[in-house]
Amino acid sequence: MAQTPHIAVIGGGSTGIGIARDLAMRGLDVTLVEQGNLTHGTTGRMHGLLHSGGRYAVSDQASATECIEENRVLRDIASHCVEMTGGLFVKKPEDSEEYFQKKLEGCKECGIPAEVISGEEARAMEPHLAKDVDKAISVPDGAIDPFRLVVANAASAEEHGARIETHSKVTDLVIEDDEVVGLEVEHASGEGKRIHGEEGGTEEIRADYVVNATGAWAGRIGDMAGVDIAVRPSKGVMTIMNIRQVDTVINRCRPKGDADIVVPHETTAILGTTDEEVEDPEDYPEEGWEVDMMIDTLKELVPMLDEARTIRSFWGVRPLYEPPDVGSDDPTDITRDYFLLDHDERDDLQGMTSIVGGKFTTYRMMGEETSDHVCAKFGIDAECRTADEPLPGSEDFSVLRDYMDEFGLRSPIGRRSVERLGSRADDVLKTSDPNPTVCGCEGVTRAEVQDAISQSGSDLNAVRIRTRASMGNCQGGFCCSRLASELHGEYDETIARDAWDELLQERWKGQRHALWGEQLSQAALNYALHATTQNRDNDPADGEPVDFAAFDSGVSASEASGTADVAADGGTRNGD
Amino acid sequence: MAINSDVLVIGGGLAGLTSALKAAREGADVRLVSYKQSSLRHASGLVDLLGYTPDGEGPVTDPYAAMSDLHDAHPYQTVGVETVREAMSMFDEVTDYRGDHTDTNALVPTHGGTVKPTARYPTGAAAGLASDDRDVLLVGLESLVDFDAPHVAAHLEAAGVPFDVRGETIRFPGDLQADAKITRYAKLLDNNGEVAVRGRKKGARDALAERVNTIHDKEERVGFPAILGDAHTDAVRAALEEKIGADVFEVPMGPPSLPGLRLEDALFEALDESGASFETGNPVVDFDADGDTIETVYIEKNGARIPNSADQYILATGGLVGKGIESDRERVEEPIFDCHIAHGEDRYEWFSGDVFGDHSFASFGVETDETLRPLTGDDAVEFENLRAAGSVLGGYDFAAEKSGSGVSIATGYVAGENAAAEAR
Repeated sequence: MAQTPHIAVIGGGSTGIGIARDLAMRGLDVTLVEQGNLTHGTTGRMHGLLHSGGRYAVSDQASATECIEENRVLRDIASHCVEMTGGLFVKKPEDSEEYFQKKLEGCKECGIPAEVISGEEARAMEPHLAKDVDKAISVPDGAIDPFRLVVANAASAEEHGARIETHSKVTDLVIEDDEVVGLEVEHASGEGKRIHGEEGGTEEIRADYVVNATGAWAGRIGDMAGVDIAVRPSKGVMTIMNIRQVDTVINRCRPKGDADIVVPHETTAILGTTDEEVEDPEDYPEEGWEVDMMIDTLKELVPMLDEARTIRSFWGVRPLYEPPDVGSDDPTDITRDYFLLDHDERDDLQGMTSIVGGKFTTYRMMGEETSDHVCAKFGIDAECRTADEPLPGSEDFSVLRDYMDEFGLRSPIGRRSVERLGSRADDVLKTSDPNPTVCGCEGVTRAEVQDAISQSGSDLNAVRIRTRASMGNCQGGFCCSRLASELHGEYDETIARDAWDELLQERWKGQRHALWGEQLSQAALNYALHATTQNRDNDPADGEPVDFAAFDSGVSASEASGTADVAADGGTRNGD
Repeated sequence: MAINSDVLVIGGGLAGLTSALKAAREGADVRLVSYKQSSLRHASGLVDLLGYTPDGEGPVTDPYAAMSDLHDAHPYQTVGVETVREAMSMFDEVTDYRGDHTDTNALVPTHGGTVKPTARYPTGAAAGLASDDRDVLLVGLESLVDFDAPHVAAHLEAAGVPFDVRGETIRFPGDLQADAKITRYAKLLDNNGEVAVRGRKKGARDALAERVNTIHDKEERVGFPAILGDAHTDAVRAALEEKIGADVFEVPMGPPSLPGLRLEDALFEALDESGASFETGNPVVDFDADGDTIETVYIEKNGARIPNSADQYILATGGLVGKGIESDRERVEEPIFDCHIAHGEDRYEWFSGDVFGDHSFASFGVETDETLRPLTGDDAVEFENLRAAGSVLGGYDFAAEKSGSGVSIATGYVAGENAAAEAR
C-alpha cells in the first residue's frame, strides 16, 4: 500500500466537506467530488438553525446531546458563520403543560442550558410574539450560514492539500475483486473551478478508500456498487421572509408537527417546516399549500407573519436513515442520528463506507467518526483536530474592530462584510481601488465579489452562496447585471452572458413560491428592468442578427443621407 | 366642502400626466393627485411604442404598422392607431424628445449591453443610436456598478452593431465616495462644481473631459452612463462635446433614472402651464358613489380624509410595479375602486416557470370599453364617470412588447379627451 492513502470523498455538503477537512488535517490525501456547487444538496437547503438540541430533548436524547456538544464547538471554530441569537420554546394556552415540563426536564438531562421565562419576558425579547404566549423555555439555539461554513471547510481542506472538484458527477464506481478502488467522474467543465463553456471530460479517480457522503443520494451510489442503502429522503419546505420579524429562534413547544419554527437568518427570517417522505431526492412536488401552511400556522406564534412579505421558498430533503429492522412509518419518528455503514462488514464489499442520517449541526462529529474509521482501516493513529482549529475566517476575531474607517465602507455595509468574512476581512477588503456596493440588499461590495470569483470561477451561483449577493429583497433585480459585469474582464463576454442567464433563472425559480403582494410587485419591477430597460429577453447577441440599417439612425443622419458616402468614409459630420 | 374640479386624475406617472394635460388643453378644470414616486423614476426615459409583437416577432421597424395586427383587447386597438399618432404629437410638442421625424423605430444601446427598439429618445441619447454607424467610445466610471463600459462594449459587439465600439473605465475626478449616488455626479456636472485633481481645483466638466481625452481615440461619439447633469443636462453635454471634440450621449440606465426623472419634470412643467392643479404625496383611500356614478374620492393627508369631487375621474395609478394593482395569496385587485381584474384562481397560474416566459401577471389590469371605462366581470361599465389609462390597463405585456410608454401616452390622451368632453 502507498505510504499515504488516497481517500475519495463523494459529496460536497457539510458531511463530505467535514470529512475531507478532517482527513486532510490528519495528513491523508483527499479528493472530494460534488455533482453541483458546494452545498448543492441538502446543506444548501436547510433553515440555518444551529441546534441547541432542544428540539430533540424529549424525543431523541442521543441526538440532543450531540447537538449541544457540537453547538459549543461550532461557536468556537466557526464563529464567523454563527450568530448566537438564542432560542425560545414558546407555549400557547392550548399547548400541553405536561410537554412543556418534559421539554424542560429533557434539556436538563441532555446538558442543554434551559431557563423558563414568562410570556411578558418573552414578548420583551420579541415584541412580535403572540399576546397569548404563556411562557417559554430559553435555550442556546443560534443561526448558522451553511454556505459560509462549507466554503470555509473547503478552504481549510485545500490548505491541507485536499483536491476539491465541484460540478463533477460520479457516474460509476470502479470495482475490482469485490473492492471499490476508484470513481468514474464526469467533469461539467474541466477540472478545477467551473468556467462556462469550458469543455468537460471524464476522469477515473483511483483511491485507496471511498467515502460515500452523499446524504439523500447515498442509495444512488450504493446502486453503483450493488449494495442497498435505504435512505429515507424526507422533504421539508422553508419560506423566507424579507425581514427578521424575530431576532431569536422561535420554536413552538409541542411534541411534533409541521410549521413550528422561525429562524432569523442574516437579513431574513426562515419559516419551517414539513416532514414528508419522498421517493426521489431530486424530483418531488413543491406545492403552494405547503407555503400557505407555514404562514397560516406560524402566524399563531408571530401574528405579523400573516401580512408579511416572503421573498422565496425552497425545499430540502433530509437524508434520514434507520436500520432496516426499525421500520418507522412516519418520517418524523425516524431518528436524527447518523450511521456509519461499512460495506465490508455489511455487504462484503471492501473499500467503501457510507455515512448516512445525521444533521447539519453534527456534521463535524460525523466527519470525526468517519475519519477515525478510515484511519483505523489504514492503521493510522492521527488525532482529530477539527474541534480545536478554527476555520479560515474564524481564526482571530479581533479583526472586528473599526472596520468602518479601516475599509472606507459605510457602517452597515462594512459591518456586514466583516461579519461574513471574519478574519479574512483584511485580506479581502484592503484594496487601493474603489470598492462600491454591488448588491445593495445584502451590502456586498466589489472586493467581496471579486474574492468569491477567484474561488469559484465563472459560476455566479457559487459567488452568490459565498457572498449572499442577490439573496435579498430584490432577488437579483438590481445586481444580476452588475455581477455579470464583475465577471467580465477575468472572463470574456459570452461566458459572462451565460453565467448571467443562469443566475437570472436560478433567482426566478425560488421566487415562484412567493409571487403575490409585495414580492409580485418586485417581480414585475425586475421583469421591467431586465426586459424593458435592458432588453435581455430579446438579446440580439443570443438571437437572429438584427438588420441595423432598417432602423432610424437619427435626424442628423437622415438629413445627411445625401452625403452618406462622405460619412461612410469617415468624413466629418456636424451632428446638430 | 369638497375640493371640486371637472376632471380628477389619480396618478402622476406618464399616463396620469398625459391625461391631465390633454383634459386641461380641452378646456377642462383638471386636478391631479398622486401618492408615491411615479414609476418614471424606474423607467429608462426612452419612449417605446412597440418593439416586439405579442408573439415575440421583432425588433419591429414600424410600430404603427405592427399595431394594426394586435389582438382586439390590446389598448392600442381600443384607442386606434390614428389616435396613437395624435397622442404622440402632443407628447412631441411638450418635450424635446427625438425620433418624431420618422415612423421607424430607432435602436438604442442599453446599459445591459443589448440594443432595444424605441420610438422616441431624449436629446441626450440621440448621438448614441445603435442604428447609426459611427464608431463609439463608451466611458464607464470605476465606482458606478450599473454601467461597466468594457462589458457593455463587448456585448454590443456580440449583438452585431454596425460600428466599432470600445469601452474604457476611468475614475470620476475628485474624491467621491465609492457609493456616491447618481445625483451626486449629476449635481457636480450641473454646477461644474470644483473637484481636486492632483491638488489642483478644476471644474468637474473640464476635469471629466480631460480624463476622457487621455483615452479618446478619434471615435466620433462618446457615450456615458446617464449621469450627465439633471437640471442643466444640455449644457453639460455641450461642454463635454466641445472639450472632447465628439458627439456625446448618455446610455439610459435603471433606477434612479435621470432621463426618467427629467421627463417627469418636463411633463409637470407642461401641466403647470396648462393651468391644471396638482397635489403629490397623498393617497386616495376611499370613495363615495351613487349607483354607478362616483361622487367623491377621499385623500388621506396627515391623518385626515379630504374629500375631492369631480364630474369625471381618471384612474392612472399604474400596474403591479406602481401599486395600482395589488394582490394577496388569493386575489388580484385594483385597490381604490375595486374594479374587476381578471386573473387565474390559483396564484401558480400567474407566472411562467421561465424568467422571461409568458407571464400572466404582466398583463394583469382592468379591461375597458372603447372609451376606456373599466368593465365588470360581466362586461358592464363599473362607473359611468371613471376611465383608466396606462399600466392599470390589462391585455398587454409592456415589458416584452416594449410598449409601456406608448400605451400610457395614447390611453392617457384618450382618457383625458373623453373625460373633458363628458365634463362639459
